[in-house]
Amino acid sequence: MADTTNNQGIPEPEGHADIIQTDYEIGQDNIDGQVGPFGFDIHNPVFLISGLAIVIFVFYTLALPEQAGAVFSWLFSAVTKGFDWFFLGAANIFVIFCLLLIVTPVGSVRLGGADATPDYTYVGWFAMLFAAGMGIGLMFYGVSEPLSHFSSAVGGTASEGGVRTDWAPLGAAGGDEAEAIRLGMAATIFHWGLHPWAIYAVVALALALFTYNKGLPLTIRSAFYPILGDRVWGWWGHVIDTLAVFATLFGLATSLGFGATQANAGLNELFGIAVGSTTEVILISAITAVALISVLRGLDGGVKILSEINMGLAFLLLLFVLIAGPTVAILTGFVDYLIAYVQYLPALSNPVGREDVNFSQGWTSFYWAWWISWSPFVGMFIARVSRGRSVREFVICVLLIPSLVCVLWMSVFGGVAIQQVVQDGYTAAQDASLELKLFKMLDVLPLAGITSLIGIVLVIVFFVTSSDSGSLVIDTITAGGKVDAPVPQRVFWCVFEGAVAIVLLLSAGGLQSLQSMVISTGLPFTIILLLMCWAIWKGLQSERDKLRQG
Amino acid sequence: MFSNIMVPVDLAHEDRLSKALSCAGELAKSSGATVTYVGVSAATPSSVAHTPEEFAKKLDAFAAAQGEKHGVTTRAHAVTSHDPATDLDPTLLKAVDETGADLVVMASHVPNITDYIWPSNGGSVAGHAKVSVLVVRD
Repeated sequence: MADTTNNQGIPEPEGHADIIQTDYEIGQDNIDGQVGPFGFDIHNPVFLISGLAIVIFVFYTLALPEQAGAVFSWLFSAVTKGFDWFFLGAANIFVIFCLLLIVTPVGSVRLGGADATPDYTYVGWFAMLFAAGMGIGLMFYGVSEPLSHFSSAVGGTASEGGVRTDWAPLGAAGGDEAEAIRLGMAATIFHWGLHPWAIYAVVALALALFTYNKGLPLTIRSAFYPILGDRVWGWWGHVIDTLAVFATLFGLATSLGFGATQANAGLNELFGIAVGSTTEVILISAITAVALISVLRGLDGGVKILSEINMGLAFLLLLFVLIAGPTVAILTGFVDYLIAYVQYLPALSNPVGREDVNFSQGWTSFYWAWWISWSPFVGMFIARVSRGRSVREFVICVLLIPSLVCVLWMSVFGGVAIQQVVQDGYTAAQDASLELKLFKMLDVLPLAGITSLIGIVLVIVFFVTSSDSGSLVIDTITAGGKVDAPVPQRVFWCVFEGAVAIVLLLSAGGLQSLQSMVISTGLPFTIILLLMCWAIWKGLQSERDKLRQG
Repeated sequence: MFSNIMVPVDLAHEDRLSKALSCAGELAKSSGATVTYVGVSAATPSSVAHTPEEFAKKLDAFAAAQGEKHGVTTRAHAVTSHDPATDLDPTLLKAVDETGADLVVMASHVPNITDYIWPSNGGSVAGHAKVSVLVVRD
């Protein structure tokens, strides 16, 4: 006789959840088998189509670099300039939607059923969502973006034929240094605060809800079940999933390429190691090798540990800059910039009738498209580690806390760099190229050798965590939502990412044209995200109804 | 000879288990032992079940059916893992302690070249478990 009470493995009942009844069985479209000694288990069209399409695109950019460059840059400017109102408007909707979820009763719904318990502690969970979400960008833009906005704002406005030609946000602050700092910081925080995290939160919440509460496979198409019904298992779903794989792989490959450039610049600054494609190829190979080890060790043994190490290191660097720099000025700045952010938020997020076209299209619209094209990857990863959190807790932790941490980070790194310019007249960071600004800023603080080294390590480890979590995500999507597909598949994607990055790095302009393409995928994904909001709302209401009925 | 036999089962691939299952059934019958079936699942939906709760129920039903078939006392022990593709071995080793088993009977494929890099689950459990392990080739 079976003893049904003896399931110690699952400590608590999972409670009520409104499972969607569908005849679709996870893995029914998969082909599994053996290639030589390696087992595989892949989703039939999605794996092949996305893999082939990626190879074709890479060949296209290599074979016809000039044509591809022209096509992609045209596409890029058509998307960010023609649809700036759409990106800005949609991002505002995501923020408002998330804030609504916190205060409305549906916020009490728990991901994974009414009695589910969280899979990870706050520290582990937070470290992972942060490392996947924007780790590397903070290293790249933490110093450079506040400096750029400050410089252009203080320079005032300029126009030609009634069209603004300067890059300053809003009406600029010509000559007024104090106001230019506030405006520059507000604009930076705007790009790294509520809006990007709301974008991630929407995707992550949709996936977590439809996976853990509705019992659908962990893949992007599942969020469309309320809209498309059983058609999501057909071509509609294949297209959605393939797009997600595309955006993720190219996003990762381009970031790997840019990250290698920054790490190389740092190594050159510190040890005089030559800048060039040889060093960068070695760096990408090394990052991929470490990511491979992490992927083989799995979610808990690899990704989580690296994310925690990274968060610890980043916190130490933050603390160091805070103490070594003008501490009091930074801390008062933090409060001041936060107020400036709130004050400028309505104007900055206004989607129509903008005069600062260069800023709103070249910066904001670009960023929103970029965050949105990253959202399938980050969102899916956040969903994977968020089971057991209530919706309210989830939104607060994915939206508000990371936003605050970003404000702090930007206040410290950007604040110190701007102070260096304004008070000490030290302009090395301001004049340096994008990838060097961080190291130039650290240069005049004490212990520059050590902190720059930590900076390089952080850049590299952030890339490892992006690469390994990205491989997990792509593998899950291309295995039709199976998280236990054979491990060699993850190895395949991880190596493939590195290979694509190397090939593009070696070709002239390859990375830029691919980045343009990734950003262009932001447009269809914005529509997907808007539909997701509706699906989340429907899904949460059915959970609430189920709970009420008991 | 043995009092508690643990059998790791993969409910998605029941067909590959038949030899190990009958082996465990016969051993249990001859020594009057209890058989504990251990199933490992991720919290995400799989081809077997939509939720961990459903997975546990299916495992219970599986254990009951096996008990009837072999005429022995059976139990089910469902475990959720964050990343079963990589965490299966440590999870199974932990389950050996949790279930208090004194023998593990598990199915395993015929070793091939990849076993040098990725040892089979059967191989690695046999390599690390403190109790006896009977690896049954399929």
